[in-house]
Parts: sequence; C-alpha cells; structure tokens
Amino acid sequence: MTPPAAAELVCVGWRASEVERELPELRVLSCEVLTARSCLRPSPEPIRRQLAALSDRFNGAKAIALRGQAVPAAYRALSNAIGIDPDVVATPIEQAVFGRMFNGAFLSVNLIEDALLIALVDTAVAVAALDADLLTGQLGIRPAVAGERLRSAEPEPPLAGGELVLADGVDPLALLGVPVPRCAAPRRATRRLRLYALEFAGVSQLTVREALWIAASTLEAHR
Amino acid sequence: MSEPLTATRSETVAARRAPADQQLAAKRSLKMQIARLEAQLSALLLAGLPHLPAPRAREGTGSTPPRIATLAQLERRRDTLVAHVRHTQTAAAARIDHEREARALLRAMQLEPGRYKFFALRAADVGEAGCGVWHVRPRLGIVGMLAGWWQVKLSSGCPLASAAAAAAAIWARGGPSPAPLLLRSKPGLGC
Repeated sequence: MTPPAAAELVCVGWRASEVERELPELRVLSCEVLTARSCLRPSPEPIRRQLAALSDRFNGAKAIALRGQAVPAAYRALSNAIGIDPDVVATPIEQAVFGRMFNGAFLSVNLIEDALLIALVDTAVAVAALDADLLTGQLGIRPAVAGERLRSAEPEPPLAGGELVLADGVDPLALLGVPVPRCAAPRRATRRLRLYALEFAGVSQLTVREALWIAASTLEAHR
Repeated sequence: MSEPLTATRSETVAARRAPADQQLAAKRSLKMQIARLEAQLSALLLAGLPHLPAPRAREGTGSTPPRIATLAQLERRRDTLVAHVRHTQTAAAARIDHEREARALLRAMQLEPGRYKFFALRAADVGEAGCGVWHVRPRLGIVGMLAGWWQVKLSSGCPLASAAAAAAAIWARGGPSPAPLLLRSKPGLGC
C-alpha cells in the first residue's frame, strides 16, 4: 500500500470570528511537503521544459481573456472585499501573465518558485510556501492586534491593528495580500515545506486542492 | 420578575445585533454589485480590445494593507467601478461610431477611388485585425495618374520596431484613445 501523497493530507486552517462573520468563505488550506535537497536549487530540466510548454500554451489571446475567467475574477472580488484595489495591486495570476508577456516566457527561478508558478498558471490559484520548521501550530487567518509585528528575520514595523494576517499559533506571519506575500520563507536548509493557498467565494476547495496537489507533486517528483 | 428582565435583555441584544446584521447584509449586497460591475467591465474591455483602454488606477493611489472592507470602502469601490463602466461604455459607443464612419468612407473609396486620390485608411479603423492600410493609388503609376485610373489597394505588413517605439511613447503619454482616421492626400492632388 502506497502512502498518501502530501497534497492529499490537506489541513483546513482556523479563522478568527470576525473573519468568519465578514468573509465566511475565506479559509486557508495547507499541506506539508518533505524534500531531501534544497528547494532553492535550480530547477531540473523537466521542470524547465514544463515551464517552456506553459509559456507556449499561454499566448496573448489567453492573457487577454484572463480577466473574464472565473478564478481570476474571484481574486479581484477578494481584493475588493479586503480593501485592496485590484487595478493597483494585480492579482497573482495577472502578475504572472504580465511577467510572461514582458519576458516572453515564464522564466525559471528555482525549484520552489517554479513549482508554485506551474500551479498558479495551471489553476490561477496562488500557492505560497513557508518553512514548516518555523511554524508553531496550524495556519489561520485573523485580524492583527495593534503593535504586533510580522515574524521576520528583519525588523518589521508594528502593525496598526485590524490588518488581515496569515498567522500560526503564535505570531502573524504575513499580511493576507493578493498576491500572497511571503514570510518565514523557505531557506536553503529547509527540508519541510508548508504549502498554503486561500479558498474563498468563487474559488472552490477542489480548485485549491488541485493547486496544492500540482505544487506538491512537482516538488515531490524532484525531491 | 425574571421573565420580563430576560425578555428585555434579549430585546437589547437583538436591537444591538440588528444594525450589525443589516450592515453585513448591506456589505454582501455591495460585494455582489461590485462583482457584477467587474464582470460587466471585463466583458466590455474584452469586446473592445485593443481599442478600449483598461481603467488605470488614479495617481497617488498606493496599495493599502488588507483589512475587512468597511461599508464606506465598498461603496467607494462600487462608485469607482460604476464610473469605469460608464466611461468604457461611452468609449465603446464612440469606437462603434468611428468604425461605422470608417466603413462608410471605405465603401465610398471603393466606389469612386478617383474622388479619394491618395487617401489611406487603416484596416484597424474599419474594425479589421492586422496592420493593413486601405490606400487609393493610381494604377500603373504615373500613367494611371494621368489617365485617371485609380484603385483601392490593401497593403499589409506590420510597422517596424521604430514605429512600435513611437506608439509606445504615445501610449505612455496618455494611453490609447480612438485613433483619428488616417487620411492623407498629396498637396495639389486633393480630392
């Protein structure tokens, strides 16, 4: 009997009551992936080829039609619901597509970035990665308390309070942004990754699970 | 005595909750309106590409940290989107008029090319894809000019990189707008 793939063991994160009341569909889903080597190493050839194939598949016509599609539209709706103007801060898939059009291709960065990009382009759902060893407890979403600081290697300014943050059991880790910002980001020594993505109105749990599965299976295939 | 007191307390709680519930309902309604307006705007922009400019963020509007949007924020966003949709609808209507005029002109050019000597009309202005230009030219060069043999030719080919750079500079200055009809006539040979 084969053990279940990492992405099949998806955890649904907690939410503060204010978040549950105001944004009832918003949840964070996460799964853990183990890697044997650094996930910041350059991507192997198959992933580069996959990115090239995605670049060919994602032409200008698709980029133009993107805004009318369900998941990108849902991301714009989420931006509006959390007070971010999607015309000022582009949604993750829009940013990726701008990059594709500007650079002429989806450029390879490293294994983890490429795995997340493949999941994003395939599903339009933004997946982010955290160093699981730096986390305490489950991930969740809550408003920040005034004076709190994001957990980071560099000193972060105190939060004003009320900002929506992704948090573990102890600290806020990142502002709940669109695109999803990184904090407690994977390091060279990281071997345990926690991938997370947001489920919300217009983006079903199935789509989010698929995005997590794509990212996790890409990483596991080249661990 | 306890029953009336309980009733009063529950009434108070209900009274306090009512505005909060109403506010939540109002926010839900606003979010639905915003989603509908976004969809409408997207459909308009997709239908009018590449001639309709996408709305740009106002100067000085930076990114704000994510918060649960207040009723006022949602109303502002809804109003902004309504303005964008109206502006885009106006631009779309102007574009339709522009293309109708251009098509009428092209028809006239094809019927009586002699009246439109050396006129040029971009295919994009007629609503056709590509970089072609409908051009009224003399048949057989100077012979046609002297004999009055005029014809409408569709030239093709996309502009050189230098032209693309000039177009980018125009776009950076103020964004695309319905381009005026590209009409040219040589001095002295006017229509």
